[in-house]
Amino acid sequence: MRRRRGLVWIAQHAIAIALALMFLGPIVFIALTALMTDEQALTSRLWPDQWNWDNFAEVFARSELLTWTANTFLYASLATVFMLASSIPAAYALSRFRFRGGKVAFLVVISAMMLPPQVVAVPIYLVWARLGLTDSLWPLILPMLFGDAFSIFLLRQFLITIPRDYTDAARVDGCSDVRILFTVILPMARPAIAAVALFSFFYCWNDYYGPLLYAGVDQEGWTLSLGLATFKAFHSVQWNLTMAATLLVTAPVIVVFLFAQKVFIEGVTLTGVKG
Amino acid sequence: MAASTRGEGVRALVWLAPWIIGIAVFFVYPLASTVYFSFHRYDLFTLEFVGLDNWRYALSDTRLGRSALNTLWLVVFMVPAQLLFALGVAQLLTKLKSGGGILRTIFYLPSLVPMVAGTVAFVYLLNPATGPVNQLLALVGITGPDWFGSAAWAKPSLTLLALWGAGNTVMIFLAALLDVPKHLYEAAAIDGAGAWRQFRSITLPVISPVLMFSAVTGVIYAVQYFTQAMIASRVASGATDSAGTTFTPGYPDGALLTLPQHLFHTGFRDWSMGLACVYALMLFAVSMVFTLVLLRQFGRAEAAS
Repeated sequence: MRRRRGLVWIAQHAIAIALALMFLGPIVFIALTALMTDEQALTSRLWPDQWNWDNFAEVFARSELLTWTANTFLYASLATVFMLASSIPAAYALSRFRFRGGKVAFLVVISAMMLPPQVVAVPIYLVWARLGLTDSLWPLILPMLFGDAFSIFLLRQFLITIPRDYTDAARVDGCSDVRILFTVILPMARPAIAAVALFSFFYCWNDYYGPLLYAGVDQEGWTLSLGLATFKAFHSVQWNLTMAATLLVTAPVIVVFLFAQKVFIEGVTLTGVKG
Repeated sequence: MAASTRGEGVRALVWLAPWIIGIAVFFVYPLASTVYFSFHRYDLFTLEFVGLDNWRYALSDTRLGRSALNTLWLVVFMVPAQLLFALGVAQLLTKLKSGGGILRTIFYLPSLVPMVAGTVAFVYLLNPATGPVNQLLALVGITGPDWFGSAAWAKPSLTLLALWGAGNTVMIFLAALLDVPKHLYEAAAIDGAGAWRQFRSITLPVISPVLMFSAVTGVIYAVQYFTQAMIASRVASGATDSAGTTFTPGYPDGALLTLPQHLFHTGFRDWSMGLACVYALMLFAVSMVFTLVLLRQFGRAEAAS
């Protein structure tokens, strides 16, 4: 019995380690290739003969990486701030007020969340074109002023777990809704708000479809995703520079994650919880 | 009570006003407008009523059939593969007595890699000439396939990418598995139930709502699948697609042309916006089926609470 348990232990850990290597493998090979010389990147040798750190500088020199980073950062942070300003009140209303249509409103939130963005793309594009805002990222930022379905959904799921007694007590004391939101709800909902903000920021940071539709042909207005997608064709036939660029785009995300790991994991589990 | 409910209704309306405007402008209006455009020919300059012409054309469009089948492939193979894989990894994580924390980080990390970066990287890793994967396979005497360069292997290659990025789902399943009350397993063990029996009779029923939610959202994301397929086609074929250039999507041989991509190219590269709206309505119909499944689940959960 004991022996058998030992074998199971070994088997489980062996599988786990093999899986871990498979998950890490791609990142390791990306990094190794990013450090190869141009000549070696065309060969099949996997370990760099010579560590060519200049590749990273080369990426900056050959592309608009800094501009793309600035554009992406502006898009992601403005969209996130706007999203919070509009989605928190909506989630507050959906979780605190009992009113006719409340359930319907919640179901509309879910439907909006599940709507493929491509379904309504044509008419919305035409509106932005008429307003002269295509060839910019504003069509992706401004809608966030009107609430984001996924964020409202997630915040609402969290806010309904806050007992009504807290808010009722504050109301008896004569607090207004605004005051209740700021003094009672927001402090308690901090983990959920942090998670939603991170998700929104990362969604924008990674977004490819939106900028592809709206950012236009001028590379000055591109985001990192757009730039990286065309990097190989425009700037480099070798893989080493493309992998260096890939690494540069990925690094900030990984760094943020390592600092805010708990917020992420809590947020992710929040998305999996039903009703 | 009735008065206070009515008061709350007015307050809710005030608090929800921006969101209601948003729903009207970015959901209801464009949806109605899409129906309108589907009966018109429109290229940004001239608008012409053409009746059912767009619909007739769509039904005879072989690329539409091709793209719909590709999207169906993703729903039938990629989504279940990802769910089963994530469930297996999560189950393994619950069994480990040591090293769980660091492994959790390792499994989650790739899901954070930006989609474009991850796809570009996989096209490199799997490229037949210098890619590490085929070289490692060669070491053990296997001739690796052409991956993103072959019509048969392109979608399986994307599935590998999806498994690599399944960390999100792993975390969701892990949380659900850890929520299963321990005493149920203990009771089952006393009754002599084996591991598989315990999994089927205890684990599955308890986590089934979470599984269901992940399955439905997984299907909906598969229906929207766009970025990875487009980037893989583009990088593997070496072509660019900035506006104004010509690029036939779906390389190799249409194997990676998904329905949303076909819609995008019809509407925003060929500027046949009426026809694109027909495809949009088809996409809407498909996603609506799965959204309704989800709505029913939530409706039931709300009624129970």
